[in-house]
Amino acid sequence: MALDKYQIAQRIAQELQDGFYVNLGIGIPTLVANYIPANLDVILQSENGLLGMGPFPLEGEEDADLINAGKQTITTLPGSAFFDSAMSFGMIRSGKVDLTVLGAMEVSENGDIANWKIPGKMVKGMGGAMDLVASAKNIIVAMMHTNPKGESKLLSSCTLPLTGKRCVKKIVTELAVLEIVNGAFKLLERAPGVSVDEIREKTAGKLIVETGIPEMQF
Amino acid sequence: MNKVFTNAAHAVEDIADGSTIMLGGFGLCGIPENCIAALVKQGTKELTCISNNAGVDDFGIGLMLQQKQVKKMISSYVGENAEFERQLLSGELDVELVPQGTLATRCMAAGYGMPAIFTPAGVGTEVAQGKETRNFNGKEYLLEMAFDADYAIVKAWKGDALGNLVYKDTARNFNPLMAMAGKITIAEVEELVPAGTLDPNQVHTPGIYVHRIFQGQDYEKRIEQRTVRKQLPF
Repeated sequence: MALDKYQIAQRIAQELQDGFYVNLGIGIPTLVANYIPANLDVILQSENGLLGMGPFPLEGEEDADLINAGKQTITTLPGSAFFDSAMSFGMIRSGKVDLTVLGAMEVSENGDIANWKIPGKMVKGMGGAMDLVASAKNIIVAMMHTNPKGESKLLSSCTLPLTGKRCVKKIVTELAVLEIVNGAFKLLERAPGVSVDEIREKTAGKLIVETGIPEMQF
Repeated sequence: MNKVFTNAAHAVEDIADGSTIMLGGFGLCGIPENCIAALVKQGTKELTCISNNAGVDDFGIGLMLQQKQVKKMISSYVGENAEFERQLLSGELDVELVPQGTLATRCMAAGYGMPAIFTPAGVGTEVAQGKETRNFNGKEYLLEMAFDADYAIVKAWKGDALGNLVYKDTARNFNPLMAMAGKITIAEVEELVPAGTLDPNQVHTPGIYVHRIFQGQDYEKRIEQRTVRKQLPF
């Protein structure tokens, strides 16, 4: 069975380590916050100027001055800090943020990512995505394996305008966990009950499959 | 030295058509609501606006777009604004999309007196087109120029008569950077206090950067995405 978006987030949460500073993008990546293991200290960075992001406020406690990069009302956790946008990207650029999780429209087999523009259709801007992908030490992409038309989003090369080159390390989709290795998607795990054949069929880029691909464990 | 103005209308009245202005805020958080309203009323046109976002249809910079006061937007993210999209597609509006960290750092460079910065953001993408690149320690970087703005318009939580500013929570965002970067910086504050009242240890923007300050009024502080929880975290 293919994963739902919550299970994708749950699987990505398994990549978190104690002491990690993490930036979560909009969409499925935001859901990763639900599954941070209780025994780990993980601090969330929001690029609009906050370290130590907490959950959504209780009803009636929303504060217009306290939002995340998705412009949602949020709270702070004990020990949090506010800063300006230059410092925020300073900590990203200088490699202080350990992990970035973001969505994508396309990923190529050499780790290129496209997630900001569809020429003639969608021109909203890149926000902080280009800065994040250019500097993050470790980037995990959370996305569906195929687009709504059923076409693979894991390609030999991206067709949409790039957000960054050779930067993605790992991809978690509803079907598989894959790693970018030597210009190919290396299959690491498959979703419970999903066959290697189905993953192969839905992956347009070069796919490396070794024997005995394990199922994801939850 | 008198930096204190009576209201937004006086603080922005010399902003001429064709000026380049920076506007602080992230989304609708920490935007200079009073000055935007005054600029709309004043009808200043042909403006180049440097701001992370372009507001929503009926609030923030969106109000200036509706009056067709903006010639060019320099922003990182401009979604959530149908009128903006219409003007962009019809060619009425010129837009330069800039990665958010680059936008912030180009403001910072201006405020620090540096002409340009090198950043890896956008290398190998269309953002890099026509820009000088340089390799440092095996990694490619883009040369990005400091902004040159006639005015910076910022919003702070508290400010004193000497222009020292303190921001609240994530309403800080681009405000302190732009405050440092304007040839003339105009600050609107929720609470204007006498000089000597703010704790110098807690000042975010030293008054030297601020030329005009006034007590804002009737802040709407609109929330763009109201998200709440019942009991369980997240």
